[in-house]
Amino acid sequence: MMRVWKFGDNIDTDAIIPGRFLTIYDPRELAKHAFEGIRDEFASEVKTGDIIVAGKNFGCGSSREHAPIALKGAGITMVIAESFARIFYRNAINVGLLPVVCDEAGSIIEGNSVMVDLTGGYLIVEGEKLPIEPIPDFLMRIVNSGGLVEYAREFEEVPVCIASHQ
Amino acid sequence: MGATIVEKIFSMKCKKDVCAGEVVMAPVDNAMIHDITGPLAIRKFYEMGGKLVHSPERVTMLFDHQIPADSIEAAENHVYMRNFAKEQRIYNYDLREGVCHQVTMEMGKAAPGEIVVGADSHTCMYGAGGAFATGIGSTDMGFALKFGALYFRVPETIRVTANGSFQKRVGPKDLILSVAADIGADGATYKAIEFTGNTMEAMNMSGRMTCCNMAIEMGAKAGIVPPDTITWDYISRLRNIVPFQLESDNNASFIGERTYNVTNLSPQVAEPHNVDLGVDVAKVAGTTIDQVFIGSCTNGRFEDFVEVAEVLGNRNFSDTVRVIIIPASRQEYLKTLRAGLIERFVTAGALVEAPCCGPCMGGAFGLLAPGEVSLSTSNRNFKGRQGSTGASVYLCSPATAAASGIYGEITDPREVE
Repeated sequence: MMRVWKFGDNIDTDAIIPGRFLTIYDPRELAKHAFEGIRDEFASEVKTGDIIVAGKNFGCGSSREHAPIALKGAGITMVIAESFARIFYRNAINVGLLPVVCDEAGSIIEGNSVMVDLTGGYLIVEGEKLPIEPIPDFLMRIVNSGGLVEYAREFEEVPVCIASHQ
Repeated sequence: MGATIVEKIFSMKCKKDVCAGEVVMAPVDNAMIHDITGPLAIRKFYEMGGKLVHSPERVTMLFDHQIPADSIEAAENHVYMRNFAKEQRIYNYDLREGVCHQVTMEMGKAAPGEIVVGADSHTCMYGAGGAFATGIGSTDMGFALKFGALYFRVPETIRVTANGSFQKRVGPKDLILSVAADIGADGATYKAIEFTGNTMEAMNMSGRMTCCNMAIEMGAKAGIVPPDTITWDYISRLRNIVPFQLESDNNASFIGERTYNVTNLSPQVAEPHNVDLGVDVAKVAGTTIDQVFIGSCTNGRFEDFVEVAEVLGNRNFSDTVRVIIIPASRQEYLKTLRAGLIERFVTAGALVEAPCCGPCMGGAFGLLAPGEVSLSTSNRNFKGRQGSTGASVYLCSPATAAASGIYGEITDPREVE
């Protein structure tokens, strides 16, 4: 059974993975220290398929990609938040952790069953639809590839300065 | 419709007019990697099928977060990066030069009109040099290493105008803490902040770096000061470059405009545990502190140490406080040393360390125990940032840090004769 882990506003990357663990790169090892000192039961109780639901500005602070990697290593498949910090949002997409922006994230409570329909543009929370912000086209291509590494493997050079309206 | 300075930079680089909201694949003039995010960026580069770095001469590599290596794991990361530098013919400053952002500026790696990325969130500091500079994650950096280019969404711009002259012992850090308190920790998310006004025009490069450095603390993608004679004088000493006009058009479209008058601004202190909790120093004066950290890319420059020395005079720091002073780079260290300030600080009881990030990142040394209180000139005071999640970090200017170090409690530097 999928579990919702609920967090508040301004959850920073130091909270997600403290600076002293940044010599670690293995996702499962990082996962052992996720939210250490902030929410100690997270690392021991989190299960594959669980999701995080948070308020505003999730992932603010440092550019450390260890943060989304730690969450993905813990089995988290999706982070739903009212808003994300810019670098975390992009890092999450790049490493294959789905960030979903939902104005009504605050109405989701621990124990709810949550599913996402990206093409439809909504979450299904206990059978009720909550609208989500669409993921920009160019990021959706990366999501569909499974992350930026897989996307980048597809070509040897990129056409510089191709502009597209979003 | 006119263009903002950021739109102009992307238009120049893309050789076509682009405006805010567009997504472009733009060439990167310089890419900076350090010992925390670098090893992962290199792994991603290889995983992407990378064999040769696109433009090794445009990569700035150095170690600053964990130097000298504070663990075997850190030492292994350093070795991994040194080997990559050799293999790819990247010049590696290793642990010799100091904190990445200060060094990138000093080496002239960020000039007006350039696009610079760094695998560190405070990369936005290079906007002080008129560059568009933004922090990215390791996978994006792996991409930039492989392709010499990266996707950018051209950001909208918030214009922050600061006018007036600071009181004595009040300065750029107080300004930016008050701006952060006003705009909020996410008030500029995905946007650029352009700093203008006569306060900025009169500000030296060190102060401009302090302001741009903390743009990220409002969620901004970049901070930028339009290049003027102060900028061009700075960059011209570092490399051959012909000055040109670069500023937002009068009829450019800004998504927000804020105006501040600094004339009556008090020294600011950001309370735990968020950067946007800045208050007048009077509100927290008297708070007992265990540690003072003066340094970091935000406030570890010679100008900052001159301010500290002026406040300190011939006094000693309180023996109830650990005062840790770390110049941001070898060059700043030498300037401070030659001016006799290091001797003054050591005599006063401070611990002066070699250039590095120090306690700012809460990993290497200078960590706090539960219940301890730190006053820091760095840029973040998140719970656990400098050690235990049970500790508290307050942020302030070098002058306030110095005054507080003398008395062992948060002190208004204007009250120190």
